[in-house]
Parts: sequence; C-alpha cells; structure tokens
Amino acid sequence: MAHAAAPVDAAPIAAALPESRDAKALHRMVFIGLAVLLAVLPFGLYPVFLMKVLCFALFALAFNLLLGYGGLLSFGHAAYFGMASYVSAYAAKNWGVTPEVAILAGTLTAALLGLAFGALAIRRQGIYFSMITLALAQMVFFFSLQAKMTGGEDGIQAVPRGRLFGLIDLADDRVLYVLVALIFFGGLLLIYRIIHSPFGQVLKAIRDNEPRAISLGYRTTRYKLAVFVLSTTLAGLAGATKAIVFQLASLTDVHWSMSGEVVLMTLVGGMGTVFGPIAGSFVIVAMENYLAEFGAWVTIIQGCVFVVCVLVFREGVVGLVARKLRKPL
Amino acid sequence: MSDIALETDDLTMEFKGFRAVNGVALRVRRGSIHALIGPNGAGKTTCFNLLTKFLTPTAGSIRYNGRDITRAKPADVARLGLVRSFQISAVFPHLTVKENVRIALQRHKRGDSFDFWRSERVLRALDAEALALVEAVGLSSFADTLAVELSYGRKRALEIATTLALDPEMLLLDEPMAGMGREDVDRTAELIRRISKDRTILMVEHNLSVVASLSDHITVLARGKILAEGDYATVSKDPRVVEAYIGAGHA
Ligand SMILES: Nc1ncnc2c1ncn2[C@@H]1O[C@H](COP(=O)(O)OP(=O)(O)OP(=O)(O)O)[C@@H](O)[C@H]1O
Ligand SMILES: [Mg+2]
Repeated sequence: MAHAAAPVDAAPIAAALPESRDAKALHRMVFIGLAVLLAVLPFGLYPVFLMKVLCFALFALAFNLLLGYGGLLSFGHAAYFGMASYVSAYAAKNWGVTPEVAILAGTLTAALLGLAFGALAIRRQGIYFSMITLALAQMVFFFSLQAKMTGGEDGIQAVPRGRLFGLIDLADDRVLYVLVALIFFGGLLLIYRIIHSPFGQVLKAIRDNEPRAISLGYRTTRYKLAVFVLSTTLAGLAGATKAIVFQLASLTDVHWSMSGEVVLMTLVGGMGTVFGPIAGSFVIVAMENYLAEFGAWVTIIQGCVFVVCVLVFREGVVGLVARKLRKPL
Repeated sequence: MSDIALETDDLTMEFKGFRAVNGVALRVRRGSIHALIGPNGAGKTTCFNLLTKFLTPTAGSIRYNGRDITRAKPADVARLGLVRSFQISAVFPHLTVKENVRIALQRHKRGDSFDFWRSERVLRALDAEALALVEAVGLSSFADTLAVELSYGRKRALEIATTLALDPEMLLLDEPMAGMGREDVDRTAELIRRISKDRTILMVEHNLSVVASLSDHITVLARGKILAEGDYATVSKDPRVVEAYIGAGHA
C-alpha cells in the first residue's frame, strides 16, 4: 500500500524537540535579541548589505516553512521570488506606483503563481513533487528571458525607490533599512504564528504521518496547498522588497541557482528550526560579499561549506544549538 | 435506518492479476462487534483499505448507512463516521500523547483548521477532553511524552484513544492488540467492549481467544474469499476453516 510509506523518519531532529513553556520563553528572548540586533547593526555594517541579508533571510524563512514544516521540498522557489521582483520593479518603474503598492503587487503575483503551480504539483509525492516545481520554475525562467516586460538579459534597471505612502522618501539607505527591517520582522512573526497555530498543528501531523491524518478526516492536500501558497507569498514579499532595495530585477532572481541558494541557506542554518534560515542566509550572503574578490571561486567555497555543513552538523547551525540546549529554536 | 451499517457486494481488488480480495459480500450489523479473521495474506488489511477508501476496488460496491461510498475519498469517509486504525501502529511520533488525541478532537470539534493567524492556545479548550481519553486507555502518566518514545503496546492504546476522539459511529480496527502484553490485551478488550455499546466495530484480530470473547459475528477470509461466517462456535467447528488455518501453518 503506497500510503503506508509515511516519511516518519524524515522529520528534522530539531523540530522533534518537545515544545515546552520555557521553549516559548526562550523564543521570546530570541525575538527581543533579534529586534535589538536589527536596531544596532546598521551602525556597524552597511545598510545595503544588511538589507540584502534580510531579503534573503525572509526568502529562506518562507522556503523553510514549506520544507521544514510542510515536509515539501520545492526546487523552484526562485520563480516566486523572481516573478514578484519583476512585477514589483515593473510596477514601480512603469506605472509609477508608490513602493508599498509595488511590493504588494509583486507579493500578490507570487501568491497567485503559487496557487496555480501548487495545484499542479501538490498531488505528487517526494522527488516527483520537487521535479514538477523545478520544471514549472524553468518555464518561468524562459518566460522571463523572452518576455518584453522583464527586459531579457538586461532585466528591469533603474527602478525608482519612490516615496512610501507617497510621503517618506526612501532614497536614503537608512530610511529604507527601517522599512525592510519591519517587513522582515513582520514576516518572521507571521511565520512563527503559522507554525504555532491550529493550522500549524495539522501541518505537523501531516508531516509526521499523512495516512493517519487522512484517516482522521483531514483533507491533507488542501493543507499542503495552503502552506505552499503561504510560502510562495512570503517568498514573493522578499523578492518584491529586494527589487525596490537594489532598484533592479534580473534573470538571476528567477534562475535555478537561486532556488538552489535558498535550499543551501536553509540547510546551513537548520531546516525545521524557526530561526535557522536567518543564520543561514547571513552566512551565505556574507560569504558572497566578502569573498567576491575570489570571483568564480565563491561558488566552489560555498560548495565546500555546504559539504562540511552536511557532514559535520547535519541539523544546521541553529539545529545544533537547539540540540545542545534541548529546546526547539 | 436499516440494521446493516456496512455492506459490500462482489468487492474485488486485483493487484497486477493477483486477486487479494475476491468477490467479498460482507454485511456488518449495526451495533455489533464483527471480527474478520483469516490466515496471513488472506486479504484482511486490503479489505480495510478498500472499505476506508485508501484503495479503490477494481470491482464491486460498498454501502455505508445505505449510502454508496465506492468512489468516496478517504478523508470524507472518515467524516461520515467510519474511522479506521492501522495494522502498523499509526501515531504522530513527534507529537505528544495529548497532542495526538487532540489533533483528532480538533478535526471533530472544529472541522477544518485553516486559521493560520490564530494562536494554538485556542486548542487548549480541547485539553480536558483529550486528557480524559488518554486516561481511558491508561496513558495518563505519559500525556506529555512524545509518541515516538512509547512502547509498541502503548502506541496501539494511543491509537485507539485517537480514533475514539472522533466519536465515530463505526470503527475498523486492524489487529488492535498485536504486540501487546497480556495486561494490555485485557484492558484493550475491556475498552473495546465498553465503546461498542453504541457503535459498530469491525476488527481484524489474530488472538482467537479475544475474538471468541468479544465478537458477535465472525467472517473468515482465506485467499481473498469468504470461507465461513457465523458465531465463534459455528466457525471454529467448520472443517474448511480448520484446514485453512492449518494449511497456512497457523494454530
Ligand atoms: N499494494 C499491493 N500490491 C500487491 N500486492 C498486495 C498489495 N497489498 C497487498 N497485497 C497482497 O495481497 C494479499 C493480501 O494482503 P493483506 O495485507 O490484505 O493480508 P492480511 O490478511 O491483512 O494479512 P496479515 O494477517 O498478514 O496482516 C497478500 O498476498 C499481499 O501480498
Ligand atoms: Mg493485515
């Protein structure tokens, strides 16, 4: 019986730690710590670098919601990140809308695209699901390469940052940083809530033993589609914001290597941990930035880091800390 | 309503030319404990998979409370009150014992839970009821233990508690006592008897003394076909049944 092959041992170790009351207290501390870091870091590091980290961190958080909590490995998340980035850039540049409207338009696009693609992919299991998401994302890439609105090889350049709500000028990096930090933190809080909601509880059950969840009357496909759309929407939010920050939307954002990068960030940080993807994206973006002088070697160094991560701490940086503390993070 | 809860006609399941279930006509009376027995590989679990729609029969029909469910979806069958347990113990390993039961209560009491914006604190309203069910199967001292850490027998007990949380009209139990110690078998038998008061139960069980003491009616399956039917005294004397069991190397 095909259903009997429940992926029981596929659940990440870190997520298997029981949620206790003092775990909640610890999480509150981490949230406060992150808020403080977000407030002080721009005094020491470049805001543009930080904004890049935050956009990728939100992207990885969204991806991890699907992988770590929905048990679904998407190989095509660049499609939602990149498409949202294009729409956001296009709207800001060609329609002249305010940045929040542009970001919203991009996010909504990712939600709709996620609904359409998710509906096609969600019924497939395991590697077949991953392959379909990859194939659909490749279609989006070729569309982006050919279509007029995306600007082909050039992408959409010189996107105006504009004025938030038509009032606050975002040209200053420090002002824009505040907006990006708020978007990131809001996204993180939302994901935390999703994981710890009645819906999240059902997701956990489905990931643990899908046939049993079905036999209790849960229409599991709908739950999986719901978490898929939530994930693509938040990935879209990240991509749409990134387009405003860098005033650019390009093929890089929809390329398959971007889908790979978000997998990398999540695994390095710790899949199935709430905070892992943030650490993962910080590590990866920092590496890209500070190793940029090594050119093509960056990819190779990244590959080595990845291999070391997988060999030494399979549960990722934050997963390792969580295991030492014996509390989920 | 008629006094037949579940009824099949010519139920057949063919796996690549091999008929695991072959023309089975089953009648389960409302309110009875009905045992489905037979040697290994007789097709009992396949029958359960067909009845709960985890498999779609290649031929035949299934009626539950007079309604044709031959083409229904498994989750919808559960929503109609026909709930199964699994032969391989089916718990949610990374949820606690209490959460295992509560996830079933959640479906039963709240319906769908797509409210991702609400705190899971709202589920605490179900805690008392969950704990009562946990107690009913003797797992009170394990309420906050992860299910993965339970012994096999206790996992089975948890599974029964989870199934009961749906307050199902009819239960399909696939070897509920497999792997249990003597004491747990007795407690589970008592529990099954107690819950059978206002429900229909169809169960597969290899422990024949349990079958003898619990069931009102027995269907013997062998090589996918019904071999004999009746109460324990009738069935156990049937020479074909004796032969099927001995032939399969069974006591
Ligand atoms: N998905 C499948 N594909 C092919 N053959 C199958 C499949 N499922 C079951 N069978 C075969 O159908 C027959 C009946 O299996 P089933 O599991 O229903 O037996 P059972 O009566 O439950 O036995 P047991 O007492 O060992 O649990 C077996 O020969 C089995 O190998
Ligand atoms: Mg069986």
